[in-house]
Amino acid sequence: MAIAVTLLTLVILPFAAALAIALLHGAPRRVHSAIASAASAGGLAILAMLAGPVLGGATPSATWAWVPSLGLDLALMVDPLGWIFALLILGIGLLVVIFAHAYLHPGEDTGRFFASLMLFQGAMLGIVIAGNVLLLLVFWELTSLASFLLIGFWQHKPEARQGARMALAVTGGGGLALIGGLVLLGLVAGSFDLATILTRGEAVQASPLYPAILTLILIGCFTKSAQFPFHFWLPHAMAAPTPVSAYLHSATMVKAGVFLLARLWPVLAGTELYTITVTSVGLVTMLLGAGVALFRHDLKSILAYSTISQLGMLVMLLGFSLEAAAMAAVLHILNHAAFKAAMFMSAGIVEHETGTRDIRRLGGLAKAMPITALIATLAAAAMAGLPPLGGFISKELVLGEALAFATPDALWLIPALVTLGAGLSVGYSLRLAGHLFFGQPREAEPFARAHEPGVGLWASPALLTTLALLLGLVPMLLAAPLVGPATGAVTGRTPPELDLGLWHGVNLALILSVIAVAGGVLLLWQHKRLLAAWERAPLPDAKLIFDRVMRLADRWVRKAIVATHRPRLQTMLLASFGVTIALVIDGALAGGGTLAGDRPGIAASVPGIAAWALLVAATAAVVLDARHRFRALILISVIGLVVCLAFVQFSAPDLALTQIAVEAVSVLLLLLALNLLPKQPPALSSAPRKGRDALVAIAAGLAVGGIAWAMLTRDPGASIAAFHLANAKTGGGGTNVVNVILVDFRGFDTFGEIIVLGIAGLSIFALLDTTATGAAGARLRAWRTDLPLSPERHPMMLVAASRIILPLTLTVGIFLFLRGHNQPGGGFIAALVVAIAFLVQYLAAGFDWSDARKPFGEHRLIGWGILLALATGLGAMVLGAPFLTSWFDYFKLPLVGTFELASAMLFDAGVFLTVLGAVMLALAQLSHIGMRAARAAARDSGRRGA
Amino acid sequence: MTYEFLVASAIGVLVAGGTYLCLRARTFAVVLGLTLLSYAVNLFLFASGRLVIGRPPIWDGAIAPYADPLPQALVLTAIVITFGMTAFVVVLALRSFLETGSDHVDGDKVACDAQDGLMKDEPSRDGES
Repeated sequence: MAIAVTLLTLVILPFAAALAIALLHGAPRRVHSAIASAASAGGLAILAMLAGPVLGGATPSATWAWVPSLGLDLALMVDPLGWIFALLILGIGLLVVIFAHAYLHPGEDTGRFFASLMLFQGAMLGIVIAGNVLLLLVFWELTSLASFLLIGFWQHKPEARQGARMALAVTGGGGLALIGGLVLLGLVAGSFDLATILTRGEAVQASPLYPAILTLILIGCFTKSAQFPFHFWLPHAMAAPTPVSAYLHSATMVKAGVFLLARLWPVLAGTELYTITVTSVGLVTMLLGAGVALFRHDLKSILAYSTISQLGMLVMLLGFSLEAAAMAAVLHILNHAAFKAAMFMSAGIVEHETGTRDIRRLGGLAKAMPITALIATLAAAAMAGLPPLGGFISKELVLGEALAFATPDALWLIPALVTLGAGLSVGYSLRLAGHLFFGQPREAEPFARAHEPGVGLWASPALLTTLALLLGLVPMLLAAPLVGPATGAVTGRTPPELDLGLWHGVNLALILSVIAVAGGVLLLWQHKRLLAAWERAPLPDAKLIFDRVMRLADRWVRKAIVATHRPRLQTMLLASFGVTIALVIDGALAGGGTLAGDRPGIAASVPGIAAWALLVAATAAVVLDARHRFRALILISVIGLVVCLAFVQFSAPDLALTQIAVEAVSVLLLLLALNLLPKQPPALSSAPRKGRDALVAIAAGLAVGGIAWAMLTRDPGASIAAFHLANAKTGGGGTNVVNVILVDFRGFDTFGEIIVLGIAGLSIFALLDTTATGAAGARLRAWRTDLPLSPERHPMMLVAASRIILPLTLTVGIFLFLRGHNQPGGGFIAALVVAIAFLVQYLAAGFDWSDARKPFGEHRLIGWGILLALATGLGAMVLGAPFLTSWFDYFKLPLVGTFELASAMLFDAGVFLTVLGAVMLALAQLSHIGMRAARAAARDSGRRGA
Repeated sequence: MTYEFLVASAIGVLVAGGTYLCLRARTFAVVLGLTLLSYAVNLFLFASGRLVIGRPPIWDGAIAPYADPLPQALVLTAIVITFGMTAFVVVLALRSFLETGSDHVDGDKVACDAQDGLMKDEPSRDGES
């Protein structure tokens, strides 16, 4: 249990920090960065606790069932591979937080920044310690979303928005493919549990679905890790603030694809299809990235292409399907995270202190900022793979593995190309450090501005560079204990024996390494000439192509929508009604049999027939005379009253009470709205159109009436009502079965319904509250009443009567509420009655008078109502019963006698508050804007009169 | 004449009226149409428990048949939700009218008042009258 809590804490910490930062949005930046760094440090402490067992070979894991029917468990597990990645995510995360604290300019929205950063950290952490592939997908999608927020952090910059959108489109699209791939994988492997899947490699590779699975998963990994041809989003993501780039593009986001490849290595790797695809994509990406990096001028763009290249190398290594190559990949992941994060931060420092990132304008900065120069030069040396840094060791291993991969089939092209790639890396690394820090300043202005940054900025890259150096000097001490077990976790075999070091004697790999360095120096020497040639060459612009594809997709989607979905409500409704009627008629004919069943009916009384006639006549009048809107409202309320009478007649007192209360409130609402709407607009529809609509309407009426008739003349099947009736008193403690169903048996439905009602109330508020401005505001101000007004705004008799009635009505409301559990009544009805009591005050005394005396805020009522209902439900869970289980008991009080207390009553009180709040909010808001308009009109006419 | 027939035919009439009004071009007519359709739907749901006279589902210890309480509970919340929906739609219609100066369902420019608009489309420009 302890381990389960530990793992859960590990993954929840960043999310909790994100939430805390978001809630403390207004607090100063140090609060935000303190929360973020505390969460990262806490995560690191947990990792340190886990280090012993994990690196010793144990795999702490914990599983909670989440959606068992889908195979989705909340399963967490930390093996050495996940542990290393978690270390990078949290360690570099902590350093990035420290760096960002100093980097962001005053006035930046640090709350949003650190909250998004922590959200991203949590999502990343989730990917690497997920023990269920479906859970992994959830986190995977979350990283796409969080990175969208981070890349687009500077929302005012178009390139940030475009970069963020492009990253989301590419990685999100890849995520879709990945969903397909992992679901297929889980189905073929027979489980979505990661540990189980990893043991089913043979079954998966033998499956006919293997090529589809592999393709889909590779698309997911390649898009995320910016592999050719999906690499183009990464340079555009450089519009993000530099700390984000340092985090996302050194250790985390783009490594997620590499991680997944490594994670699924035992299942996917080893086949010819896998080896050829993954190796060649990686190789092409590596060469392409390194080549482009050589000719970029923006520091971050150079680093972006360098990242693409290095990721390509990692993918290629995993593609080799060799154990030793996997080991080299794990080692290089560590190295790359260290030096690349340091490089990004150094680029950020240079931009921060000189105001530019254009390498053509900089130079000789070592004089102005020696510490930064030292840090960045060492990091660049690691990137170039020069001794004695860690990069050298991993680069030599890469060359060695390329040779080992090539030897059996004499594929000499591969080591040659890898050497070329290494040479290009040496070239751009040396150019970066050399042109930036040494030689003469190319432009005076940035150089004059340049100065050494504060320790807050250089501390993080300094630490990372030190690590990059130590990884070269003492690899057996620092890297081997991690890399060995992690390689074992990748391959699923026993961890290999490692022999890491700078010097292994003269061998072929060393010779290739020397050739690469020499080539790199040569490239730098000839850089001017090469650059001129590069700029002359016609090269495709990935962004233009991407934009063109997006525009094309956009146009076709629009065409498809317009072709199938005309933006005319009347046409669409006619089609919907027509299709529905056709389906009903078709179904009825297919069923055969007679329309009427043989259930005996109840003979109707004369008053019943009269009420029916009234309803039919009123409906006909509404339809024929809908243009006279006030008259139509009166007729509608006649219909409502007949429906209410039907409920009374057919044993539904609760419904009758609800119906009559809703009727009153609805008519008031429509009246208030009509005050501002046209009262009697001219007719619009032509006679043929009316005729056509009438035919459709009659068909609809016959169809539904026919169904109702067929239903009413047949006996119902066995109803679950018997259960409700039998258990209402004993299980729910109430004799009004309808109310017990609402607050107990189907309380969860009711809970959902009051939420919907609350949302409706709030949406109405949102729609009306904003009418003060814009076109709506202008129209409201120009509004003139077009009705004859009573000379007396607030008739004395009405005001006096309404005030006397108020306490009486409130008493009735409370009475209905209290007896609701046993007799007709309850929260819904009571709320409507109380709402009417208040609304009468609005009607009689006017908005201002009533609103000023109103003892509650409607928004709060809705919120507290829902919270109260929720708390009642959760209370049952705390006591160990299912959500919303009700409790009741009987008590004796002197004088009052025996009475009952039920938790359902609290729930009903929540219903009461929410309904009251929503109804009041809708009506008060509507009368408020009407009042505002009337006042503006009065002011206007007063001015005109004067 | 049975009550079953009255209820079924009333549902049919309400559906026909509601459908016709929903197909009209002005928002207020559509709101009225939705109201009629809601009455019909609520009655229909209620009727699925069949018509019972004089036996409200208030448990009194007797085993005798009661009216089916389940459709009643469903319809009770449906009535309240109907109010929420009507309120939302009517406010949406009002807002659309205020924004566009037209109460056509698609926001088309149409004449809105029989007595030559006390509420013109562009209030600022017609000060001469």
